[in-house]
Amino acid sequence: MIDFISQNLLISALIALGGLSILFGAVLGFAAVKFKVEGDPLVEQIDALLPQTQCGQCGHPGCKPYAQAIVAGEAINKCPPGGQATINALADLLDVEAPSLDAEHGEHLDVKRVAFIREDECIGCTKCIQACPMDAILGAAKQMHPVIADECTGCDLCVEPCPVDCIDMIPVQSDLTNWHWSLPATNQKPVFTLIAQELPLIATDAGRGEAYVKSDDTGKAA
Amino acid sequence: MTSLIPIWELPGGIHPTENKTQSLQLPIGYLPLPPQLVIPLNQHLGKPAHPVVQPGDRVLKGQLIAAAEGTFSANTHASTSGTVIAIADQNIPHASGMTAESIVIEPDQKEEWINLETCEDYLQQDRLVLLDKIRAAGVAGMGGAGFPTAVKLAPKSTQVIDTLVINGAECEPYITADDILMQERADQLIEGVLLTSHILHHPKNILIGIEDNKPKAIAAVKAAVEIAQQTNPEAANIKVVSFPTKYPSGGAKQLIYILTGREIPSGHHSADIGVICVNVATTIAAWRAVRFGEPLISRITTLVGEALSEQRNMELLLGTPIDYVLQQQGFDAKRASRVIMGGPMMGFTLPALNVPVIKTTNCLLAPTAKELPLPDPAQACIRCGLCAEVCPANLLPQQLFWYAQAEDFDRLESHNLFDCIECGACSYVCPSSIPLVQYYRAAKGSIRQHLIEKEKSDRSRQRFEFRKERLAKEEAEKEAKRLARQKAAEEAKKQLADKQAAAPVPAQIVDPTKVAAPELSPDEQKAKLERLVAAAKNALEFAQKPLVSRDPKNKPITEEQLEKQAARIKQAELKLSEAENKLAEFLAQAPAQAATPTTSAAPADDPVAAAIARAQAKMNLSPTDKLKADLESLQTRLQKAQEKVEAAKTEGSSNLDALQQGAEKLQQKIEQTIASLKELGIDASAAPVVSEPEKSAAELAIEKAKAKAAALATMSDDEKRAEQRKSLEDRLQKARERLVKAEAENDANVEVFRSSVEKLEIKLKGM
Repeated sequence: MIDFISQNLLISALIALGGLSILFGAVLGFAAVKFKVEGDPLVEQIDALLPQTQCGQCGHPGCKPYAQAIVAGEAINKCPPGGQATINALADLLDVEAPSLDAEHGEHLDVKRVAFIREDECIGCTKCIQACPMDAILGAAKQMHPVIADECTGCDLCVEPCPVDCIDMIPVQSDLTNWHWSLPATNQKPVFTLIAQELPLIATDAGRGEAYVKSDDTGKAA
Repeated sequence: MTSLIPIWELPGGIHPTENKTQSLQLPIGYLPLPPQLVIPLNQHLGKPAHPVVQPGDRVLKGQLIAAAEGTFSANTHASTSGTVIAIADQNIPHASGMTAESIVIEPDQKEEWINLETCEDYLQQDRLVLLDKIRAAGVAGMGGAGFPTAVKLAPKSTQVIDTLVINGAECEPYITADDILMQERADQLIEGVLLTSHILHHPKNILIGIEDNKPKAIAAVKAAVEIAQQTNPEAANIKVVSFPTKYPSGGAKQLIYILTGREIPSGHHSADIGVICVNVATTIAAWRAVRFGEPLISRITTLVGEALSEQRNMELLLGTPIDYVLQQQGFDAKRASRVIMGGPMMGFTLPALNVPVIKTTNCLLAPTAKELPLPDPAQACIRCGLCAEVCPANLLPQQLFWYAQAEDFDRLESHNLFDCIECGACSYVCPSSIPLVQYYRAAKGSIRQHLIEKEKSDRSRQRFEFRKERLAKEEAEKEAKRLARQKAAEEAKKQLADKQAAAPVPAQIVDPTKVAAPELSPDEQKAKLERLVAAAKNALEFAQKPLVSRDPKNKPITEEQLEKQAARIKQAELKLSEAENKLAEFLAQAPAQAATPTTSAAPADDPVAAAIARAQAKMNLSPTDKLKADLESLQTRLQKAQEKVEAAKTEGSSNLDALQQGAEKLQQKIEQTIASLKELGIDASAAPVVSEPEKSAAELAIEKAKAKAAALATMSDDEKRAEQRKSLEDRLQKARERLVKAEAENDANVEVFRSSVEKLEIKLKGM
């Protein structure tokens, strides 16, 4: 054996490498069969980034179909409810340049909205119930329909079918339960007016450091 | 003794100017009752309490006015006696400057207490009862977080508590509320510590941690422990630990580390490592709740800052408006730069001064601009790393700052943003005065919001998928039903065909002559009719009986009654004649009916076989033949009807109209059948129909034609031609219409119609 190797270095090397490649090929082939992933994981990942309003503004009947369409090569800027944040996240995931929102499909609203049915005017036609992709509207024929505000995604789809036009989209009020501190403003105000203002001093107070970026710019300019 | 207790040194931390002496010059003071108390429903961590009083109600001091909503909530009580004047949204001390539901009480100055349930010896009570007392009193953490104390003192059974830490550190500058409390009420504190220890099943170590900048408090607490030891041997277990002053050693995690050397793992509670940490003020409040049944309605608040003429600690009723408090302390609004609730490190500037004192208001700081100078504008981060050096939680504030600015939430979480206690040490040392903590708070809020949104979007996805599934299922069910129906129909057709091929059941055969009484045999029909006649006769007899008055004296038989009787007799007579007619008719028909089967090809032995034969014959008929057969039967019926009409005429029956109408209808039907036969390309008249009724129809036609001819004869030639032309035109019109219809329907007979139209046109031209 050793004799053979020492005498036929080239051949033995070829045999060794060939054997290794066959072995690894077999291992990889086995792994491909054994650990096969069902479905397209990318669709799931994209679907997880979409806002799940199921509003259909992208032209697809729901978020998942749009995710599938994106995998099939559709543009990623057709989701107005998600806005730029979603586009950025999608661009990140797919490693492409983030385009701006396609205005053709609607505008991004900063304020979350929910449907509200003016109950006096509701005639109980159930049209909105059929239109709601979330099953967030309750009621039966000839009964007034209330909206489950917690489940409403504000997709607008119930507004159009209403024959008596009694559905309003009302913005969600921010209250103590969903209030949180906002980032310190960085570039709204120039330095000099800021100093003139009586600003809260303590470290954690709101408003401090509003001129962070501005002062940076000024420094560069100087 | 204390020197023997080991302490650990807190990593990081800072030494800001303490500013504690100015508020310690005077003992705890009290304020006169304010004109109004505003008691928010959410002064604690968790869900807001829900009001249990109505506007207009009179409430007593200490009365429950809002009950806890679930476990993670706290009761709220009236701080004094008076009248509830409103339950409405009021400004609350919150950094957002928002309003929240509050109960507004107008004091009646009587300070009338509710009946308090005292408890001399809590050791006799069950621990759950004691916890209930604390819960009922609405005690919540008074150090700043407002965590419901009853929840804190009831750790899970898996969490074995071996150490109780009483937090008297009070590390933040300016604040001396706990300091003065320990100085003045050390005895109550020790009682509270013993109670808490009892509730927690007497943990091995009881440590009261006090920073060494409070020598008076340390001395007072130590003295109180000495005294307590004389009556309660457990008090000997209490260790008063003083440790070097350093901000922020008062944080629960930090104090536990200083006193025990144990670190709380990220995302865990102190109970997970066997330690419970309670603030001194909370301890006293819990003890008063158990011992005197007193709810938490007041607290000690440090009123400090050079904008106040008198700086001291005050025991304030919860709900006292802060503007009232400040005004009582000689607040100079011109000198004050702002009013801060809490200390200068972790507190926040009050957006408005018409907010009340709540359970967590440990300090009101009203500094002058000189005392707490304005911040420099924030500069760029110079990466000096001072923030990382002072962070007591061993985080990397600088990294967190970058990520917070970029809103990179994944990285923030992987850098343990949520372990940040927001102490402000990093901001304090930052040479660029970057408001670091605000970045962290904003980032934390955004992350929480994202989590909520993520949860909601996941739920939305689920709901949407479920809905899709449901719709698909409904659709599938409908489809299955449709298929089942289709299959059943096919099956039935097949069965029918099979049966007809083999031996069709008589019930499935519809014989037009039998439609009137399909279920009755001729004998039964006869019997029925005879019964009818008999019944009618009886009725007539009854009606003909002479009238006898039931009360001859008072009510003689009136004209009216006589008339009625006459009418009744008439009716009965009519019925009888009808019945007799029917019977006679039936008897006349019966032989004919009996004869029908014999004329058919099938053996006439039994009616069933005959019917089968008829049906078979019918099945074998072509559409034309069918129509012809229909025509025949119709004509038979017509004949009968006409006979009936005649009979009715001779008898003068009232049914004459109805009978005539029936005859007319039959005639119409016959005409229709003839028309359809014609459509099939066969002239009904040319058909070899030899039956009697056909003759009568033919006779009718002949009569019509004769009448026409007679009419024509009376007309002149021109008139005749015009008449003929008109009728031809009519026919042409009709034929054209039919052709169009046939073309539209793609009828097989289009060609026939077309040729007939052409013929008519030629004829018309020939005229």
